[in-house]
Amino acid sequence: MTIELFVVAFIVFMLIAALIAVEARDLLSSVIAVGAAGFGLSVIDLLVGAPDLALTQVVVEVISLVLLIRVVLTRNDTSATEPQDALRTGVALLAGGIILVIVFFAVGGLSQQGGVPPFGQPVLSNTPQAAVPPGVSADYLARSADQTGAANAVTAVLLDFRAYDTLGEATIIFVSILGTYAVLRRLGRRGREARA
Amino acid sequence: MNQGGMTLIVKQTARLVSGFITVFGIHIALTGHLTPGGGFAGGVILAAAAVLIVLSFGGAYCSRLLTGPACHIADSAGAMMFLLVAILGYLVGGFFVSFLPQGNLFHLVSGGTMPLSNLAILVKVGAGLAGGFLALSAFRLASGAKEGD
Amino acid sequence: MGTAIYVLTFGLLVVGIYAVVAKKNIIKIIVGLLIVDYAINMLLVLMGYRNGGGAPILVPGESQAQMTSSVDPLPQAMVLTSIVIGLGLTALMVAMAVRLYEKYGTFDMSRIRRLRG
Repeated sequence: MTIELFVVAFIVFMLIAALIAVEARDLLSSVIAVGAAGFGLSVIDLLVGAPDLALTQVVVEVISLVLLIRVVLTRNDTSATEPQDALRTGVALLAGGIILVIVFFAVGGLSQQGGVPPFGQPVLSNTPQAAVPPGVSADYLARSADQTGAANAVTAVLLDFRAYDTLGEATIIFVSILGTYAVLRRLGRRGREARA
Repeated sequence: MNQGGMTLIVKQTARLVSGFITVFGIHIALTGHLTPGGGFAGGVILAAAAVLIVLSFGGAYCSRLLTGPACHIADSAGAMMFLLVAILGYLVGGFFVSFLPQGNLFHLVSGGTMPLSNLAILVKVGAGLAGGFLALSAFRLASGAKEGD
Repeated sequence: MGTAIYVLTFGLLVVGIYAVVAKKNIIKIIVGLLIVDYAINMLLVLMGYRNGGGAPILVPGESQAQMTSSVDPLPQAMVLTSIVIGLGLTALMVAMAVRLYEKYGTFDMSRIRRLRG
């Protein structure tokens, strides 16, 4: 019960940081607020029992902060003072309200009739109910130390049971970095020609 | 921020600390099958060490070892090594089947091909993200020279 | 309490979507996409939590049977790669924002759309 209370407290912290990030006038303040939200997420990962994720999230958060602060600080346009479009704001808030109502009913009201299982009972593992068949995760947990010889079940799932998915993820990272090179390349050549 | 990097205190601290960060990243990636971590966590830590060096010393100092083409080559080499581990699985059974012996639990050399895959992903993710950051700061340097910053 | 956790997570997602749709500054749109990324990763990790379970790692001294009561490792493995992919996407978005500023001199989307390069 206390873990759930801590998780709720940190999610509220992340919500406040996200609202500050979205509504702040100064761009530097909003970027730093997003950094705070990322650190809150890393603490939630630690509370829920995912130490690999907490480690990765902290470092990724720091690198994202460095990238965003470099972009914001060295440009002259550091404040967002334009008035907002009322139609777009209204549409976004209406869609958000509908999403929240649907989620509230799916998690709270319908979970007895086979909706989203309540917090604390994972979907793909053995549940106490007899009607639900055991899923893949219970299988992986039972087999991981014998069949793969690794003590870390997450690494065993990532690199042995689901290695094909990891190949796909490596491809995505490769393509996104390639896109960064491609977007930034032309000015380099033009800059060299302008200086030469 | 200009080509020269930062002040002396920052440079000395970066000199002392960046070696530790690199070794820490490699350690987290290599013992990924025993402790939390793995290739992805080690890769981003390695990229963070590269970001520290580029920020403290400036782009001009890094143009000897930590260049764009070096990161491209390391990135592609990591991806090729991962594919090689996958294809060599055909010797044993099929795609991605582990072809090294399992070994004892909790030993460093255990878990089949997992340490090799962790190493490949470490090189790939670390070099890729460091290269992306280098491209961004080189772009800034070029545009800054044009504006007369 | 479980309902509150899921509704608050989707509230974070709604804040991110609102920032992407209704804001005119490119940096605010990038911040909104980052918040959507955090919300989705958090939702996946929270759906794999088991009451009273620990991390899915064997410690030397534990038996194999204690692993069956740990939290779900499958969403954690997928979210681990998703976090690093989010960093690659942030780098790509920041590169595009830098190019746009270089060409138009402003971060304001309405002014960029009106110019039509």
